[in-house]
Amino acid sequence: MRFEYAPAPESTAVVDVAPSYGLFVDGAFVDPVDGEPFKTVNPATEEVLSEVVAGGPADVDRAVRAARRAYDEVWSRLPGRERGKYLFRIARILQERARELAVLETLDNGKPIRESRDVDVPLAAAHFFYHAGWADKLAYAGFGPDPRPYGVAGQVIPWNFPLLMLAWKVAPALACGNTVVLKPAETTPLTALLFAEICQQADLPPGVVNIVTGAGGTGRSLVEHDGVDKVAFTGSTEVGKAIARSVAGTGKRASLELGGKAANVVFDDAPIDQAVEGIVNGIFFNQGHVCCAGSRLLLQESVAEEVLAALKRRLGTLRLGDPLDKNTDIGAINSPAQLARIRELSDIGEAEGAQRWSPACELPERGYWFPPTLFTGVSQAHRIAREEVFGPVLSVLTFRTPAEAVEKANNTPYGLSAGVWTEKGSRILWMADKLAAGVVWANTFNRFDPTSPFGGYKESGWGREGGRHGLEAYLHG
Amino acid sequence: MAEQNAAPTNSTARITVRKTYKLYIGGAFPRSESGRSYAVTAADGSFLANAALASRKDARDAVVAARGAFAKWAGATAYNRGQVLYRVAEVLEGRRAQFVDEVGAAEGLDARAAGLVVDAAIDRWVWYAGWSDKIAQVLGGTNPVAGPYFDFSLPEPCGVVAVVAPQQSSLLGLVSVVAPAVVGGCTVVVLASEERPLPAVTLSEVLATSDVPGGVVNVLTGRTAEVAPWLAAHMDVNGLDLAGAAPADVQGLEVAAADNLKRVRRPDPREDWAAEPGLDRLRAFLETKTVWHPVGI
Repeated sequence: MRFEYAPAPESTAVVDVAPSYGLFVDGAFVDPVDGEPFKTVNPATEEVLSEVVAGGPADVDRAVRAARRAYDEVWSRLPGRERGKYLFRIARILQERARELAVLETLDNGKPIRESRDVDVPLAAAHFFYHAGWADKLAYAGFGPDPRPYGVAGQVIPWNFPLLMLAWKVAPALACGNTVVLKPAETTPLTALLFAEICQQADLPPGVVNIVTGAGGTGRSLVEHDGVDKVAFTGSTEVGKAIARSVAGTGKRASLELGGKAANVVFDDAPIDQAVEGIVNGIFFNQGHVCCAGSRLLLQESVAEEVLAALKRRLGTLRLGDPLDKNTDIGAINSPAQLARIRELSDIGEAEGAQRWSPACELPERGYWFPPTLFTGVSQAHRIAREEVFGPVLSVLTFRTPAEAVEKANNTPYGLSAGVWTEKGSRILWMADKLAAGVVWANTFNRFDPTSPFGGYKESGWGREGGRHGLEAYLHG
Repeated sequence: MAEQNAAPTNSTARITVRKTYKLYIGGAFPRSESGRSYAVTAADGSFLANAALASRKDARDAVVAARGAFAKWAGATAYNRGQVLYRVAEVLEGRRAQFVDEVGAAEGLDARAAGLVVDAAIDRWVWYAGWSDKIAQVLGGTNPVAGPYFDFSLPEPCGVVAVVAPQQSSLLGLVSVVAPAVVGGCTVVVLASEERPLPAVTLSEVLATSDVPGGVVNVLTGRTAEVAPWLAAHMDVNGLDLAGAAPADVQGLEVAAADNLKRVRRPDPREDWAAEPGLDRLRAFLETKTVWHPVGI
């Protein structure tokens, strides 16, 4: 028997989306100098939400100058104790305006309100709280007795966790004494602009945080600007390599959080029901728009059929649709471009011989949607097993021995995350030791916490974010 | 060295046995596969010896050797790595006189000054050896996450590190860039100082006789500008220390290193090899791995 759910939509009345926004420079919203307007849409409905600016080089220059001025004249002179208070204020305001932020995030990004409300916004506030406490304790962080900030940080963040990635970047930068120019993603600029209002509300000194909306070109202007001392980027490995080239031979320091192709390894003694929940959370959380998503499921052969059957049953209960509905598990794909990429790679998966499966699933007529999808019969050579799909698409492979699991799990140029499911503690620690990944989740997946370093091995990037380790990206001895 | 090159003064004088300086790859001492060598002169311009002129193939062979040695070296216990590295310091001490000669000739120092440099290099090696079983405690830790999870972070070696050794400081500088990489569990391909390579070759003889598994440290001698780009562009190299790269070459090497996002340590023109090094170089080629596990009954 199937229970029908009554619609439970979150009200949008709590949010005022302005018809258009300027750039946030030197503490105020300003008209662009050479930027052009563009529209941001709700991916679940294709309705235009607002008009924002794609900042041009002159806009970026203006923001970097404002950040430099604020660094020289105010922020670098402020004792850590006082910097910390601003961060505590921001953290509190994020909590106080949590519902507004969650609704706006869901409108602009397409992610389920359940996730923006329970994950994105609380974690963003937690990042500000955590780093606020570091601001006056940097001498104890292990980078020398008198660690110094770099100066102006140019930060470019992706569209999958717009507010959370902002918090990951802005909170440590400010705590360490840097000022920032942040470029949010082209398709998800709205919560960053609301964050700008929060900075005003917190009386943050003008120029300490500047927000220049735009697309790749704006990001490039920012990363390549001479006045930027430190570049922080989260996004694709391809762009990460371009940034690594652009900072080569300069004094700029860079930290990069890039792609992943995580293996989620399930052994035959794993608690199957928990593992299935972990697999679902691993790949279908946030529509699979997660760099550390568990996109390669490695099942031990002896339980492969059992796990697959349970997984398919579980997928049949996932609810896809209106992201603002509190019962929704899977929301909209963020953009037509991303939907096209997911479709392309899935079609290639079929063309290369893997078997595609999705639960019976009705897609809404408007908006950008992709059903939760499994591929079985996947080999390590298949493109869906090698390339980051960044969508709700899971490739299933099998293995026989722990050594084979390690071999397959590590058979990728990426090294961001991995999962291990087994009841055997000694095997968990053995696997955790062998897996070449910056984060290893054992009997859980996709957990995040501001105290916990996050970042990749190999081509998944440079440096860590979060925890004591993450401070290094914004400090030098 | 002066003695080795001294001409016999009369018919009864003994003819010295001149040393052939070779590469050190995978625990063996091959000549360059290219068959090339180059003349190495002392600081005063006098001829010291011919050293092998490493080729691209030699660099690639060295990377293969370093990769092959990585799993075992990284997987050794920290205690064991510390013992092996301390043994290197013991053998270095035993060869002190030879190093004093070679460093003195290479760097134009008198015996006393060269002796101080060699002492500092030996002490530096001892200092790093002692870090092997302390790094994880100092750089790792448990993270107090908000939830029922046990979550800890620990440092791990990033893999194969290519090192362009300092050009001026032929032994102390060399030790200061090799020891921090290997003590953390990385394996190393080091390109010795171009003009002052002989102490590096002698160091490789020390390594070969001190329990360091073959391939953990591989020493190339030759033209920095020729070999460094091959190492910077090599897709199986994970880290790059540009300590001895010429300022004009740094940008190109960093660009090449971006192809697989190598961990790059840029040169610091103000680097003082005699100063206490701190943890920066140790940290440069370590990754942080964070492991989460639920807590419950």
